Amino acid sequence: MLARILLCARPVSATLPALTRPLAHSTAHMDPGSGGRPVETAIRTKLTGALVPAHLEVHNESHMHAVPPGSESHFRVLVVSASFDGLSLIQRHRLVNEALREELSSCVHALAIQAKTPAQWGSNPSVAKSPPCMGGSKGDHSVEVKLAAGRE
Amino acid sequence: MNNLIRASVRCLRAGSTAGYPSMRLPAGPVSFTAARLLCAATDMQQTLGEMVKKDKVVVFIKGTPAQPMCGFSNAVVQILRMHGVDDYAAYNVLDDQDLRQGIKEFSNWPTIPQVYLNSEFVGGCDILLQMHQSGDLVEELNKMGIRSALVEAEKESK
Repeated sequence: MLARILLCARPVSATLPALTRPLAHSTAHMDPGSGGRPVETAIRTKLTGALVPAHLEVHNESHMHAVPPGSESHFRVLVVSASFDGLSLIQRHRLVNEALREELSSCVHALAIQAKTPAQWGSNPSVAKSPPCMGGSKGDHSVEVKLAAGRE
Repeated sequence: MNNLIRASVRCLRAGSTAGYPSMRLPAGPVSFTAARLLCAATDMQQTLGEMVKKDKVVVFIKGTPAQPMCGFSNAVVQILRMHGVDDYAAYNVLDDQDLRQGIKEFSNWPTIPQVYLNSEFVGGCDILLQMHQSGDLVEELNKMGIRSALVEAEKESK
């Protein structure tokens, strides 16, 4: 468990060597505007590297849940990528999960995923809405551990 | 709940033959947590393997169908309710951290809720919702011999 917390505490730049292709926004992790959102930045960076999306949306939905303000624990992602062609929903979601394995095992408690091909996005360019929180994260010790990991 | 009791009793029996110290069992149902103390993590994986096979529809959620504790888990419950599926096994991961961690490893899936149809892992809330919207869920239930209430409702409206 401690190893997992430390993994999340590393700066995003420590994870970039794993990517083989240069990013359009290679300095995204040093962008002062994203300085306050390291987890969101990491998610964006990793999904971009792994899936080369035609369209990507990363929404921090932590404010909709029973966690302190400023948390980065609950996210919704919309990924539009040709990588999903011919793949079932579960295969697509597993690709996303795999790209974000580190975050999901440390700071991210919930991840809502929409994984569309460019054709599907073209015919229905809509982002689903998350259901209202039912307070499950309040007093949930494993969420507190993840929040602590995200803060470090 | 009967499934949990059966699983926990089975686990205890395995524990007693594997050289674990014998334990005086209280009269009445044995909690899953007590059984877990006696069993290794590998037994948890085996137990989960049995749990997902025991019922046609199996969900791992936060809370219960009567009182879900998470919006995404509630969405799964509501979708099943809409289809008239009320005979399914629902395991509350908030009751047991080992179960919560175990099912994530078993399914190789990082989040809750998790849905199993006919012993096969189908995905989480997002996938179930998309299957519901596309009509795939009606088809999958049909293959399992479960007639969705939405099919009946559609017939009646024609």
